[in-house]
Amino acid sequence: MLSAAAQASEAPVLEIRPPQGWMPINLSELWSYRELLFFLAARDIKVRYKQTVLGAAWAIIQPVMTMVVFTVFFGKLAGIKSDGFPYPVFVYCGLLPWQLFAHALTQSSTSLLTEQHLITKVYFPRLIVPFASICASLVDFAVAFLVLIALQLYYQVLPGWQVLFVPLLVAFAVATAMSIGLWLSALTVRYRDLRYTIPFMTQFWMFVTPIVYPASLVPEQWRALYGLNPMAGVVEGFRWALLGKSEPPGGLIWVSVAVVSVLLISGAYYFRRVEDSFADVV
Amino acid sequence: MAATTVISVSNLGKAYRLGGRERHRNFREAFSAMLSFSREQAAPESTLWALKDVSFQVRRGEVVGIIGRNGAGKSTLLKVLSRITRPTEGLVRIHGRVGSLLEVGTGFHHELTGRENIFLNGAILGMRRAEIARKFDEIVAFAEVERFLDTPVKHYSSGMYMRLAFAVAAHLEPEILIVDEVLAVGDAQFQKKCLGKMGAVASGGRTVLFVSHNMQAVRRLCSRAFCMEKGKAIFFNDVEGAIAHYSADLSVSVLDFDLERVPRYGGHGIEARLVRARLAENCNFRFNQPLELIITVRCSSPVSRAMIGVGFDTSDGNRILTLDSDSSGKLLDLSAGETDVRISIERNPLHPGVYAPSFGILCQDRVLDAVSGFATAICTADAEDYIESRGWGACRLPVSVTTQIR
Repeated sequence: MLSAAAQASEAPVLEIRPPQGWMPINLSELWSYRELLFFLAARDIKVRYKQTVLGAAWAIIQPVMTMVVFTVFFGKLAGIKSDGFPYPVFVYCGLLPWQLFAHALTQSSTSLLTEQHLITKVYFPRLIVPFASICASLVDFAVAFLVLIALQLYYQVLPGWQVLFVPLLVAFAVATAMSIGLWLSALTVRYRDLRYTIPFMTQFWMFVTPIVYPASLVPEQWRALYGLNPMAGVVEGFRWALLGKSEPPGGLIWVSVAVVSVLLISGAYYFRRVEDSFADVV
Repeated sequence: MAATTVISVSNLGKAYRLGGRERHRNFREAFSAMLSFSREQAAPESTLWALKDVSFQVRRGEVVGIIGRNGAGKSTLLKVLSRITRPTEGLVRIHGRVGSLLEVGTGFHHELTGRENIFLNGAILGMRRAEIARKFDEIVAFAEVERFLDTPVKHYSSGMYMRLAFAVAAHLEPEILIVDEVLAVGDAQFQKKCLGKMGAVASGGRTVLFVSHNMQAVRRLCSRAFCMEKGKAIFFNDVEGAIAHYSADLSVSVLDFDLERVPRYGGHGIEARLVRARLAENCNFRFNQPLELIITVRCSSPVSRAMIGVGFDTSDGNRILTLDSDSSGKLLDLSAGETDVRISIERNPLHPGVYAPSFGILCQDRVLDAVSGFATAICTADAEDYIESRGWGACRLPVSVTTQIR
């Protein structure tokens, strides 16, 4: 009883007021809900391959099959250049961060709709929901990454010191997915149309990202503009870090970083502004 | 120190725009609204105040019951207090960690095992992982699901599922607990266990806000109660005052069902159609009181040798009371047009609680019309009838007792 009383007097006073416009995200509160983030992500991972015969092997089969199809059609038949690397390694190295991004984006954009039963019944920072779906995508990515290592060993395309940048690039791919996921998830609650445009959008986006072709195909003077697509920077960065390609992506990636920063910060503010109304709107 | 105010609500209001929520659900509409010059002249939105000028204070250790009819604003109040939705006006100050149970089993996933769901659900309710691990055995024992811990919950019976869900919820130990009608789960024995647990929580010095339709539970657990009516809070000196107000309010209008358009459960309602079912004048749906129902039937042509049946189901779907018009062997001859059929019993044996009534009309074992599960009715009790001291069940009837020395 005493200790409960002591706790209560220590506990900060919670004030519930009408919404007050633009506010920054409460990071310390978000941190205190990290375990919920973990459990939600773990649930997504566990549930994804339940009742499938092949189970987690799907995390490998999907990118590998895509790689095979792309190698046959784009590498062999269309004869697209691959900066001098064996086409399978080249395309897989691009597919890997792309699928991480595409999956994280698709899942996070619809996450608030799929979790509406939680949102209308329990309080927690709503940001946890898109975050958790992005975290779950990282696990598939890690599994698929093993295949890349195998491919690189097989084709003897070994990375140099640049490989140290891989975690940074993964973080950047996640940040890119998050920056757009924040906007889309918050908007999807109100405008369900977006749910149908997302698959179409990612498909289109894939072809304006240098996955099946190298960024060097894009004329030099347009290269920086190409960086407006942040995934172009990520994919090129991946190839530079993992395949030991000589030149770093340079100017292109700084444009990407700027774009993502703007989207991420504005997305966080927008999300914060509308999250109070999710339970009423969803 | 025990009298510190832990929840202070002042002038709380929550407005919903009627129809407004459906506005601009897709881009085309949003876009055309943006372009439209006539936007200003669009039909004025009507606003519904689900809560208006609600102010109250709760001191540490109090167990406060909130009662009221459906749509009176109870759930909205709890949603605002649990931060699920923001108020439109007013201010709430809460001192201490809040846990809210607006539903049991929130976030349970059918594909996950019992064990996994305990952790997931615990985390969703705001428990720390270490805290769940510490209480894990206790939760499992409470739910009585030891043998099925590693089975996906989709294979659980609905009873097991609800028990597990409640067990996790019951082990939530915040300083302030907000509970919405979660006791209405499981069988009677489990409900009793849940009430016991709630009682322990309440007497353990924790502050509880408790919404219920179960007046016996409110009586047993709460030290104070107030009524919600049309978004406003009405206060009383004691729990009995609030319950009496609520019961009086209920008995005038509840149990009057328009059956004309509810979905049909059997028959087609063509030869004979159930039109309305209501309590007779000067009659309550109250335990141990005379019960008289008037069922209005409309026949397209005369129907002979018919019978009317009334059933009451508990919230978990068990038929608990059946009243058949032919129980004394008398069959009904109905002429074309509308007829009021009165069915009465001397004492209503239903314990206070929520029941789903069913009505049916049969002619020689052929169902002409039947309606079921379209609404619920709340059976009340007089304030002086303290049933919890007499054990549980859904029915209680007078008995005759004799003793004989052997």
